[in-house]
Amino acid sequence: MTKIFVPLDMAAVAMGADRLATAIAKEAAARGESVQIIRNGSRGMLWLEPLVEVETSAGRIGYGPVSVKDVTALFDAGFLKGGAHPLSIGKVDDHSWMKRQNRITFARCGIIDPLSISEYEAHGGGAGLARALQIGPAATIEEVTKSGLRGRGGAGFPTGIKWKTVADAPADRRYVVVNADEGDSGTFADRMIMEGDPLSLIEGMIICGYAINGSKGYVYLRSEYPQAAKVYQAAIDVARKAGWLGNNVRGSGFKFDIELRIGAGAYVCGEETSLLESLEGKRGIVRAKPPLPAHEGLFGKPTVVNNVLSMATIPMIMEKGAQHYADLGVGRSRGTMPLQIAGNVKYGGLFETDFGIPLGEIINDIAGGTRSGRPVRAVQCGGPLGAYVPVSLFDLPFDYEAFAAKDSLIGHGGLVVFDDTIDMSWMARFGMEFCAIESCGKCTPCRLGSTRGIETIDKIRAGQDVESNIDLLKDLCHTMKFGSLCALGGFAPYPVESALRHFPEDFHKPALEAAAE
Amino acid sequence: MAGAAPYSDERAREIIAAHMGLEGPALPILHALQAEFGHVPESAVKEMAEALNVSRAEMHGVVTFYHDFHREPHGRHTLKICRAESCQSMGAEKLANDFLKKLKLEWGQTTPDGKLTVEAVYCLGLCAHSPSALIDGEPVGCIDMHKLDELAAEARS
Repeated sequence: MTKIFVPLDMAAVAMGADRLATAIAKEAAARGESVQIIRNGSRGMLWLEPLVEVETSAGRIGYGPVSVKDVTALFDAGFLKGGAHPLSIGKVDDHSWMKRQNRITFARCGIIDPLSISEYEAHGGGAGLARALQIGPAATIEEVTKSGLRGRGGAGFPTGIKWKTVADAPADRRYVVVNADEGDSGTFADRMIMEGDPLSLIEGMIICGYAINGSKGYVYLRSEYPQAAKVYQAAIDVARKAGWLGNNVRGSGFKFDIELRIGAGAYVCGEETSLLESLEGKRGIVRAKPPLPAHEGLFGKPTVVNNVLSMATIPMIMEKGAQHYADLGVGRSRGTMPLQIAGNVKYGGLFETDFGIPLGEIINDIAGGTRSGRPVRAVQCGGPLGAYVPVSLFDLPFDYEAFAAKDSLIGHGGLVVFDDTIDMSWMARFGMEFCAIESCGKCTPCRLGSTRGIETIDKIRAGQDVESNIDLLKDLCHTMKFGSLCALGGFAPYPVESALRHFPEDFHKPALEAAAE
Repeated sequence: MAGAAPYSDERAREIIAAHMGLEGPALPILHALQAEFGHVPESAVKEMAEALNVSRAEMHGVVTFYHDFHREPHGRHTLKICRAESCQSMGAEKLANDFLKKLKLEWGQTTPDGKLTVEAVYCLGLCAHSPSALIDGEPVGCIDMHKLDELAAEARS
């Protein structure tokens, strides 16, 4: 029996993986070949999706991107034995994209069957939880703190300190909430982990629940990710059946369960307090802080709110020890970051590497420049609330502090590349428009500022009092930055200000030209 | 959405009751109502307010806050086209505008035959395959006008 891997990842499915899996099964049956088709997660080489892998004695050989019409030819070429074919990329582990990475959070993603506990355990899964149960809650929190892990959602708050705050808060109930409302354009790491290695997120949540003495975990997943919902729910069911969840987690006497909740298309619900309101069944309106969710979170109880990546990294930290993780990275950015390379790039995908890699190396070298073949003009780092970084800053090392020093943010690790056809005044306008659409409406700077921002940029684009309107826009950005209640209004000025700073020529087009558009 | 059931208060109450054991059941109920009826009608909002013991104004606020829930039936099929930054880097804005113009629609509108609603969506997490779309929940990567025409023709056939 030959094992064939066809990813179930939503990106692979978007490129025809479901039809392909059916076609391969049909062709194998017609030829009397005995095959087992495993729907794995994606390896992260998204430009090769659907990437079909065949297990051979020499390792897993990859072919991609494969479409249904290639299937006959692949069988003819003997791909079941790893035979040569123009679509072959050779041994997947030896591919330069894979070899240059340091996969910690994504170590298993794409390799195992995401819904197989035995494969998960064979690749180190479960060892982190076993160690946590052995060393106890306080030592577990200590270990997470020592690893230097910072929240991967964007804010970069130290995870261990958050856990300790929740554990120390007096309460009869405590909650674990995972923020899977990954709304930033150019990000898909949460989705990929939930589809490719959902058990790691489950294990991370159990460890967290154990450490803070909480018995209930919620995952708040955005509705735009139907495939992640399907796979993660199936993983919860598998984990429950295997005794990982329920009244007696792995025979330890500890009680923990997880519920998957689906959002409803509101970007602002990725903000943690808005997310909690939404989980409680209310409008996703941002709460004023304090009180912090760690003190008064879900239903007023102390609550850990962590991003998917932070939580999914916990099992590996517990398994290998804090030091192993803390030894990676630079400065105060410890460990690895799963970069999501997107937009107008030749090689887009997920690339996990130690902090500190220069931005230019990521874009020019790893991503291979633009898909259009035109010169790179800007990279938006950190989603719709992130700054546009020009090519002149390409020596910037990828770490929290270095980016912050340049008024940029790494956010959730998304990088969207634009070529030289992009109009930055339009993108600035879009930034404000997006904020206006998604604002929860609670605070004035965000609710009104964003709409005034659109109007002001429209005037600038029309060549109307350009200089004074640019001053007004800068002033507005300042007000939004420092007067908004949460990061939506507070960070929406970043793309606008960075566009103004680095691409002023796009705001000073002759009025005639602007009017002609 | 394909195959929506006609609305009845009785069925709405059943759906609501089935979720009352959850903590903060409003969103799961709304998703279930919309899955069943294709939209969330006013009468269902009234039933929900009663069951959850909140005012109708409060419940109305919840339903209208979220982009996903709609008060009127949609077309038989829903096409969501991404217009977030990554897709824009690959020309999504012009593509979507041209497509909408061709169908004589604005974002969120339905074709006169009632078969296709076209909505904007902000990121599907398919950013290495921009521009991308979702047709009745199924992802489609690297869309172009040819692909959109095909999807529209299929939906309206």
